[in-house]
Amino acid sequence: MNSYSVINSRAPRLDAPDKATGRAFYTDDLYFPNMLYGALLQSPLAHARILNIDISRAKRLPGVKSVVTAKDVQIIRYGVSPARYDETILAVDKVRYVGDEVAAVAAVDWETAQEALGLIQVDYEELPAVFDPFEAMTEGAPQIHDAYTRNICAEVHQEFGNVEAAFEQCDLIHEHRFVNKRQDAAFLEPNNAVAVYDQLGYLTLYTSTQVPHYVQRTVSMVLKIPIGRVRVVKPYVGGGFGPKASASTLELAACLLSIKTHRPVKLHFNREQVFLHSRARHQFFHTFKTGVKKDGTLLALHNTCILEGGAYSSFGIATVYYAGSLLGGPYKLPHMKYDGFRVYTNRPACGAQRGHGGVAARAGFEQQLDIIAEKLGIDPVELRLKNIMEAGDTTCNELNMSSLGMKECIEAIRDHSDWKQKKGRLPKGKGIGLACGFFVSGAGYPIYRSDTYHATVVVKISEDGGTVQLQTGSAEIGQGSDTAFAMIAAEALGVRYEDVRVVSGDTDLSVDLGAYSSRQTLMTGYAAKDAAEDAKCQILEVLSEALNVPVEKISVRNGLVFFEGATPDYMPIRLAYIKEHRGWPYDDRPHDDHLTFKEAARLAYLKRGTIVGTGKYKPPKLGGSFRGAAVGTSPAYGCSAMIAEVSVDLETGEVTVEKVTDAHDCGLAINRTSVEGQMEGSVAMGLGEALFEEVKFNDQGQIINASLGEYKIPTALDVPPVQSIIIESNEPNGPYGAKEVGEGAIMPTIPAILNAVYDATGVRITELPITSERIWRALKEKK
Amino acid sequence: MKINVNGRDYKIAAKPWRTLLEVLRYELGFTGTKEGCGTGSCGSCTVLMDGKAVNACLVFIAEAKGKAITTIEGLSREGKLHPLQQAFIDEGAVQCGFCTPGVILTAKAFLDSNPQPSESQIREAIAGNLCRCTGYDKIVRAIMNAAQAADKGRV
Repeated sequence: MNSYSVINSRAPRLDAPDKATGRAFYTDDLYFPNMLYGALLQSPLAHARILNIDISRAKRLPGVKSVVTAKDVQIIRYGVSPARYDETILAVDKVRYVGDEVAAVAAVDWETAQEALGLIQVDYEELPAVFDPFEAMTEGAPQIHDAYTRNICAEVHQEFGNVEAAFEQCDLIHEHRFVNKRQDAAFLEPNNAVAVYDQLGYLTLYTSTQVPHYVQRTVSMVLKIPIGRVRVVKPYVGGGFGPKASASTLELAACLLSIKTHRPVKLHFNREQVFLHSRARHQFFHTFKTGVKKDGTLLALHNTCILEGGAYSSFGIATVYYAGSLLGGPYKLPHMKYDGFRVYTNRPACGAQRGHGGVAARAGFEQQLDIIAEKLGIDPVELRLKNIMEAGDTTCNELNMSSLGMKECIEAIRDHSDWKQKKGRLPKGKGIGLACGFFVSGAGYPIYRSDTYHATVVVKISEDGGTVQLQTGSAEIGQGSDTAFAMIAAEALGVRYEDVRVVSGDTDLSVDLGAYSSRQTLMTGYAAKDAAEDAKCQILEVLSEALNVPVEKISVRNGLVFFEGATPDYMPIRLAYIKEHRGWPYDDRPHDDHLTFKEAARLAYLKRGTIVGTGKYKPPKLGGSFRGAAVGTSPAYGCSAMIAEVSVDLETGEVTVEKVTDAHDCGLAINRTSVEGQMEGSVAMGLGEALFEEVKFNDQGQIINASLGEYKIPTALDVPPVQSIIIESNEPNGPYGAKEVGEGAIMPTIPAILNAVYDATGVRITELPITSERIWRALKEKK
Repeated sequence: MKINVNGRDYKIAAKPWRTLLEVLRYELGFTGTKEGCGTGSCGSCTVLMDGKAVNACLVFIAEAKGKAITTIEGLSREGKLHPLQQAFIDEGAVQCGFCTPGVILTAKAFLDSNPQPSESQIREAIAGNLCRCTGYDKIVRAIMNAAQAADKGRV
């Protein structure tokens, strides 16, 4: 048992009362006097040249305040990675997918803005379009961006060790192809933005984003406003999962229209536009060739992958690297080769989604391990236990596993699911399957090249000494980060959890790279601890001087001050405190037996002025020196293992996931309930991708299921009860030993289900989703 | 026309094609009712109309005439949380919170008609409310706990 007072508990979330009573404000809940409503005109064609845009009729419509096209702004390209800035606020010369934004309107109400869109006349010259990445890479295919021949947006070739030579040493080599489908993040809150440009030239953007910092930089760069004059505020966000982790036309157009009109402008995506904007999971076409010794020792992997990327880069350059680098662990793999191609097509741009780049790779590879285990006659649990890494190991691509509870995860799910009794002994149509995974606990480097701190935090002690305010630019998007930071600060200061208030999601408060790559608990959490310790140190210094007790002999816990050895006479401090509150109608007397933190903090204020602690975090230099070595580096790695139990109707091919046993190593769990919440949410999202999620297109490049009715995500009836087992290694680089859970938890879900389906049916499904039809066809073929 | 929201009558002059959702959010300021899809697929805008759970985005305002509407703001009284709200907080059933008002109101209508449900009945009852964060486990448990608490006469 540890001796923490606040962390590692099930403290209720700070934001839950407001969210459960409808008081929590999301961006669309904001209203400003004089506010205008915006709308975006989007391309109906997948690929076309813009010959002319006539906005004159739209401008004349009463109530319309501004109509803008690319002609109204200097063309400054932006995107996610500076190496691939290929987007503009509004289309210049060409549209590249159905949904590409062409013009923006601001009007006095939604209806007028919508009506104005209909009055904009765009003359297009339709160009041949290409939707298939393999076709897009052939000579003579329509070229989507001038600078990228054969539509190759990014290409990766890496080899660690010597794969060909290693294959010669192998007793068994297996090769298979695995394909997922484009997934939509399907967060419940559609994207919204409200921009307010004031008379002094300051711009405030309220937006449903995961990354206020990057949005601030992008707005500044594209609209040429100094960073210090751009403030990005993130109200509560209704889920992100990746696609809200970069600046969008929605945000930039709201800013542009507010600057043009000098009035607040609100813009939103409806659900169809959320699908069109996409930036969600890519489609990956993986081929894995794995070689092993007959005792199951993994020797070599050659992984090739084609990513269908859509019309713009978004996160794609990182995605294509992750699709290779995230197979470096959690197994000892001395030789690994990777060839990856991310390809432009005339479809909405794909980006990052939970488990960025690694989910399809993990699914296919864990399936292949299952195939290999069967061929060698080794139990899949044993095959994995034989090959797993341990804390202190470094992968062939130079990722350092500073903590890794992989073995504990596997053993926990094995023992909690009766694996030994069930594996190979279930009746026909019933199956059990296992898989593992690991993931970064925060990207080792910012998206743009910089020595910036990844997180800074300010802890301000209220002048009365009784309340702690933690200020951070980090993004609470539903994962519970505000709560985690309050718990960390309370623990570090020695105050009660309920006395810490968190203000977050505002670029005015601190620098924080935001909620992506599962980084905030480790990085912002580290800075929060650092800031709290700084504030505490200042208070204890004052107290030490006043009482003539060395600082090392003073500690604070649950808001009370403890002294090692004899308790000094603190009555002068207490009397001064009581005098200050003479006549107060309610009982604010300090604790009977102890000096309180509140009294000490008040004393510190009286001596030094407002007490403000600051904290910061920047990872050390990580990774190798090879090209692309940065992608996959992290100060720590979370890992997980999952067992799925399924039943398959052998007549219809229908799959039901009946039970899930899931273990995740998150280092020390700051909030146990939140850790389970991430694990259970990951299972649901993975289950959806495994069983039915697929963004579908017609031959014109239009999405045919761009609604939550037609694009099916799991309901309460689809997700089984999940047994969540928290494994706690001690991560040396994390605050109190904590690391990630948000994304890593999804890694084993799809392959565990795939392997269970095989166990139930005897057929391997190598293309997602595992629909009834695919199983039915595979069963028929097998017969 | 008049509608009654959370026990109070409101006189509104909305165009008849306005939805109940639009009127609640943008005219009356009940922003706890969320719009996730606008097509009745996600359940985020669920409110109670004469005690029955409906998707406010699918109800034309004319259909709400004279009806008693309960939004999430009307569930707690003078700061005292409804047992369902308390259970959602206690169980960790709230993450991003966007689906939460709709799920709680669906659960309220359901428990009013079936105060002692089984787990599978709860899952069926909330199957029209999508949640992308929680995996539903903690939501189901929260509803179960609220039902049991009510059963013990604590409500």
